[in-house]
Amino acid sequence: MIDPALPPHMRPDKSFQGLILALHAFWADKGCVVLQPYDMEVGAGTFHPATTLRALGPLSWKAAYVQPSRRPKDGRYGENPNRLQHYYQYQVILKPSPANLQDLYLASLEAIGIDLRLHDVRFVEDDWESPTLGAWGLGWECWCDGMEVSQFTYFQQVAGFECAPVSGELTYGLERLAMYVQGVENVYDLNFNGRDGAEKVTYGDVFLQAEQEYSRHNFEHADTQMLFDQFRMAESAAAKYLEAGWSDDRKRHLMAQPAYDQCIKASHVFNLLDARGVISVTERQSYILRVRELAKACGAAWLATAAGGTPAT
Amino acid sequence: MIPEPIDVAMPDLLLELFCEEIPARMQAGAAENLRKLVTDALVDRGLVYEGAKAFVTPRRLALAVHGLPAHQPDTHEERKGPRVGAPEAAIQGFLKAAGLDTIEQATIESDPKKGEFYVARIHKHGRTTPEVIAEIVPEIIRAFPWPKSMRWGSGTLRWVRPLQSILCTFGPETEEPEVVRFEVDGLKSGDTTRGHRFLSSGEIRVRRLDDWMTKLEAAFVVADRDRRKDIILADAKDLALAQGLELVEDEGLLDEIAGLVEWPVVLMGSFDAGFLDVPDEVIRATIRINQKCFVLKDPKTGRLANRFILVSNLKASDGGKAIVAGNERVIRARLSDAKFFWDTDRRTNATVPLAERLAKFGNVTFHEKLGSQFERIERIAALAKALAPLVGASPGLAEQAALYAKSDLRTEVVGEFPEVQGLMGKYYARLEGLPEEIALAAEEHYKPQGPGDRVPAAPVSVAVALADKLDTLTGFWSIDEKPTGSKDPYALRRAALGVVRIVLDNGLRLKLSEFVEPDLLAFFADRLKVHLREQGARHDLVDAVFALPDQDDLLLVVKRVEALGRFLSSDDGRNLLAGAKRAANILRIEEKKDGVSYDGGVDLVLLHEPEERALAEAIAALGPKIETALAAEDFEGAMALMAGLRAPVDAFFEKVTVNAEDKALRANRLRLLADIRTATRTIADFDRIEG
Repeated sequence: MIDPALPPHMRPDKSFQGLILALHAFWADKGCVVLQPYDMEVGAGTFHPATTLRALGPLSWKAAYVQPSRRPKDGRYGENPNRLQHYYQYQVILKPSPANLQDLYLASLEAIGIDLRLHDVRFVEDDWESPTLGAWGLGWECWCDGMEVSQFTYFQQVAGFECAPVSGELTYGLERLAMYVQGVENVYDLNFNGRDGAEKVTYGDVFLQAEQEYSRHNFEHADTQMLFDQFRMAESAAAKYLEAGWSDDRKRHLMAQPAYDQCIKASHVFNLLDARGVISVTERQSYILRVRELAKACGAAWLATAAGGTPAT
Repeated sequence: MIPEPIDVAMPDLLLELFCEEIPARMQAGAAENLRKLVTDALVDRGLVYEGAKAFVTPRRLALAVHGLPAHQPDTHEERKGPRVGAPEAAIQGFLKAAGLDTIEQATIESDPKKGEFYVARIHKHGRTTPEVIAEIVPEIIRAFPWPKSMRWGSGTLRWVRPLQSILCTFGPETEEPEVVRFEVDGLKSGDTTRGHRFLSSGEIRVRRLDDWMTKLEAAFVVADRDRRKDIILADAKDLALAQGLELVEDEGLLDEIAGLVEWPVVLMGSFDAGFLDVPDEVIRATIRINQKCFVLKDPKTGRLANRFILVSNLKASDGGKAIVAGNERVIRARLSDAKFFWDTDRRTNATVPLAERLAKFGNVTFHEKLGSQFERIERIAALAKALAPLVGASPGLAEQAALYAKSDLRTEVVGEFPEVQGLMGKYYARLEGLPEEIALAAEEHYKPQGPGDRVPAAPVSVAVALADKLDTLTGFWSIDEKPTGSKDPYALRRAALGVVRIVLDNGLRLKLSEFVEPDLLAFFADRLKVHLREQGARHDLVDAVFALPDQDDLLLVVKRVEALGRFLSSDDGRNLLAGAKRAANILRIEEKKDGVSYDGGVDLVLLHEPEERALAEAIAALGPKIETALAAEDFEGAMALMAGLRAPVDAFFEKVTVNAEDKALRANRLRLLADIRTATRTIADFDRIEG
């Protein structure tokens, strides 16, 4: 339940930022390291190395963070009240997945003001797969009164490797959740800072112009030649760093994360090219496979690092 | 007086596997699998039961087995051992295999051949049923056939979603049952379960099925899936009736919803009547697929009402107000999207000419090796035009309809709801003021989709439907993408069966060999066989007809099979079949032995016996008449004529010896048999008919 003493600019049901703060407080309380967003363009919170790479290997790991996510194709020039090409995901990863993960998730909903005696929360089958990351898992979309508010996944495989132990991943769609708890129909009407009158800042104040500009960019003007070049550059850089990072007779790797950055880069560039409509259906598959190959090689490299479970000698 | 039988209560088993939410679509199958696996394993171990029933909810899979014995029956086994005085190694091996401590425990028997040898008489007490259950249940859990399973935490056990607890009790109704103790990957069985996720808290101790059911019910769980379905359906109908509306029933949706709730609470919500501009099918698709809610119909207009039925899993403290409001918000957003798509499509269709819309298909690949969607549409249009005269359609209209038929694939509505493809084409064609034939063909050219689907009958629809399917089949055949085994990614079997049904239902005369290559024709023959078999026709009759040359007209094949079936159920037919098969058998043997074919050229001079002369004359007289009847496609007539051969054939076999001493005579008689074969083969290959 929400602390009634909290001022509106801190309350999850009165401000977008309050929602983030409440989730941070909740998960910090459960032992997570609260990280900041990864400083690169990604399509989902899963791409953050704190999830993709940390899900691999035997070591325990608990983290929570907000990840700005870019889906160039979902841009609607700011005209659709529900779709954005840039939005926020709140990501939690717990490894190994605790036995009470569902209860923890439900408690987090209560912490942001969803009364479980009033609202119908359901776990509806939804298997998750990321072809570009060579990853899949089983779980649910979590419904609150018929609206999907989160994705709940038990990772089975990442970067082509079996996950052992298994990580539990929770992804909250922050805008949707905020719209729900604030009772708002249009994402741009969300109260961002919880203030009233002249001091009030809405989600639209912060992001509407960006949505319009990036929609133009994503669909009409993104320099495709440059993007094709960038894809190739990222791909070859990843290969170079991967090769250079191997040591000790290829038993240990010294540069898994810089290589993985290039994999992320390639993935985002591919999404932009896809939005520009310059990749045909058949080519599409081969680009996805190329990114997956990078992800797999990065996963193999990560497993040969200390954080991936190969102790330093 | 007959004494009352003493009522010894047989013990019951209760097993409950409690886990995180099981996907709705897997629940019914899992319940059935659990019942079968456990009861089969019990019976295999000599434990016969009186009854068993499985239960499933989103969070539990349970089984009650009623009337089990308390232990396995005892067994006696005799095991023969080595002879007395055999080497020590053989004796020791025997003791080990028979489970004896010393050789004195074995008895000695003698046999006149073998002499004296050891025999172990092993008497095994049956194990108690709980022991057996404790052995089989963990095995079943570990190997449970989920369509998809997973690991969790640090464990290695696989289950559909994390398995949280196991309840397993055993005992007669009159006594306190015992907990069947076992462990699966650290999870220990016990006698507790949990109730509804939100409406109940803490563990619930359970003894057996009846208190499991009542305690769960008190903890807001309806364990029986069928009961949940009944509750949902009855409450939904009541709510609808109270508003003067009718529930649009949907068995698939009902099944799914029953798998999403443990405590169904049926509620009604509404949406802005302005959304009813959107076609009913689109509203229904939006509400059904995305929100898993039922729609309602106004019986006065026959159209959808602006209400929907949702089934929540919660008896909410505000009576469901917040839940309804939340669902209404989501449905409003979904319908806004649908209405936006519908309006956009209508605007586009009104302003952009069809040719321009079709040109966009040039950028869409149909299949890497089969070109773009645009090229495909052009092929279908040309084929529809060519087929039109054969199905009684106007070639121009058929071509136009084929060009239009796929145009809705690029519309916004179909992009969002692929299942309304075709239907939207029909609506859009009407809005564009196109002829009704074109509108109908847009919807009907996909038909028939499955065995229960309607077959198009309007000539233009038929032309486009055939062209669409034939183009798909010939296309994938040409790049060698044929269905193999269970793999049929392009649904080619369905396409071929669709052609078969369209041809037969409409009585179309179509020589398929003019449109498809021989290998594909054989594929059609297979589909026809499957189709006729499903309708009760004998597959051997179909084979017998397809064995004839040039059978590429499906309608004629079917007529011939039907006539043949009737003929063979008559006395004459059965006897002639026997005679023809006898002739064919003899010929097969003799032709193989002699290395020659006896086809053709009976020498009349060599016909000595009256019966063989009569047979030859009958064949000579009937042959041309049968041919005439066949040429006129009068299969009944041809068979009736063929019946005239029965008496001479019977008489021939009764009186005449085929394998005569005289070589010339024998050869001539074999040639006469070959004439029977030839004559009957004008109707069917009798050799392939069973019986």
